[in-house]
Amino acid sequence: MISARKLGRRFGEKRVLRDVDLDVPRGGFAVVTGPNGSGKTTLLRICAGLAIPSEGELRVGAERAEIGYLGHEPLVYRELTALENLELYGRLYRVPERRERIGMLLERFGLWEVRHERVARYSRGMTQRLALCRVLLHDPALLVLDEPYTALDTQGAELLDAQLAELRPERTFLVSTHDPPRLEQFATTRLALA
Amino acid sequence: MNYFADVRALTRKDLLLELRARDTLPAMLLFVVAVFVVFHFSLPSRSSDLAASGLLWVAILFTALLGLGRAFVPEREQRVLDALVLAPGDRSAIWLAKSLATLAFLVLAELVAVPVFALFFHGIDATTIAAIALADVGICAVGTFLGAMAVATRARDLLLPLLFLPLAIPIVIGGVGASVVGEPGRYLVFLGLYDAVFALVCWAAFEYVVTE
Repeated sequence: MISARKLGRRFGEKRVLRDVDLDVPRGGFAVVTGPNGSGKTTLLRICAGLAIPSEGELRVGAERAEIGYLGHEPLVYRELTALENLELYGRLYRVPERRERIGMLLERFGLWEVRHERVARYSRGMTQRLALCRVLLHDPALLVLDEPYTALDTQGAELLDAQLAELRPERTFLVSTHDPPRLEQFATTRLALA
Repeated sequence: MNYFADVRALTRKDLLLELRARDTLPAMLLFVVAVFVVFHFSLPSRSSDLAASGLLWVAILFTALLGLGRAFVPEREQRVLDALVLAPGDRSAIWLAKSLATLAFLVLAELVAVPVFALFFHGIDATTIAAIALADVGICAVGTFLGAMAVATRARDLLLPLLFLPLAIPIVIGGVGASVVGEPGRYLVFLGLYDAVFALVCWAAFEYVVTE
């Protein structure tokens, strides 16, 4: 699904990613670790199609519509409600049976009761749960998750664990984390950036 | 048809955001009325209608600039543009929807601005209204495109006027020309051509603006 050779990225003179080789087969679960500034986010953005590598080769076997990307920001509008945000993305991704799928995800992530509230009133953890709903809404084949446990409380983290376990056999994952043991049960590929 | 469904969903979202936040339209309205009040008191009492017509176009341009500067703020604050860019549809739908929303705000501001101008200076004929309508299309098409470019930079507040104002000079020439000459037809055609050419360029090039 993902094949990278000698991948590199520069921002002007600064080199944030250097000579990265990565192979994630279809159905694989790659865990990317490394200290702050090691290029984890840059690597994930490149693989999601949001940035272009300066060096090397990259092949991603998924169309844009098949990628679910979770970044550091939740990528939702603060002045819209959870329902309005998901409706917008559901339309843009042409999700079949959109209403039912949105309802199911909001229920699963414990946001159904607050679906009509603006995201600006949500806590950071609730916003992260909504971001996960957005990522999963179109049932992507490749999930690119940048530190997905950020801001989640114990219950939220357990929900995400359960979601990953459920999706794990049929999806390909590229996940960055500062907590590798949490994802060890899923990992098939490990990449440590220096 | 999916393209227009995307445009409709994105435009609706922008109008809803403005309805909730009320960040852009009230500022544009206050600005344009304040500009006319300032011009009214700063122009000599015997100044010509020609000079006042020029002021109308200056006010429209800078009011539009105010709106354009706010156009991509919701996307910038939460980096939502990343999510929109990742969606499977044609990325030019983002530009078209944002242009339409900005056009709606500008037209609403002008619905107040034009009567205020007529009150303070002189009446506006149908030709000038047609010129304003054509100019609005060009302003929003080019301005939204440049707004998307500027929002990715640190100097966005400075960059947008620096890029936009030189490209808006033909709009001012066409608008003022249509407002003051006896036979305004060629100026209206000029504005129409400007709209068509720049809208096409912006539509085709937007993809490259929002991807690295």
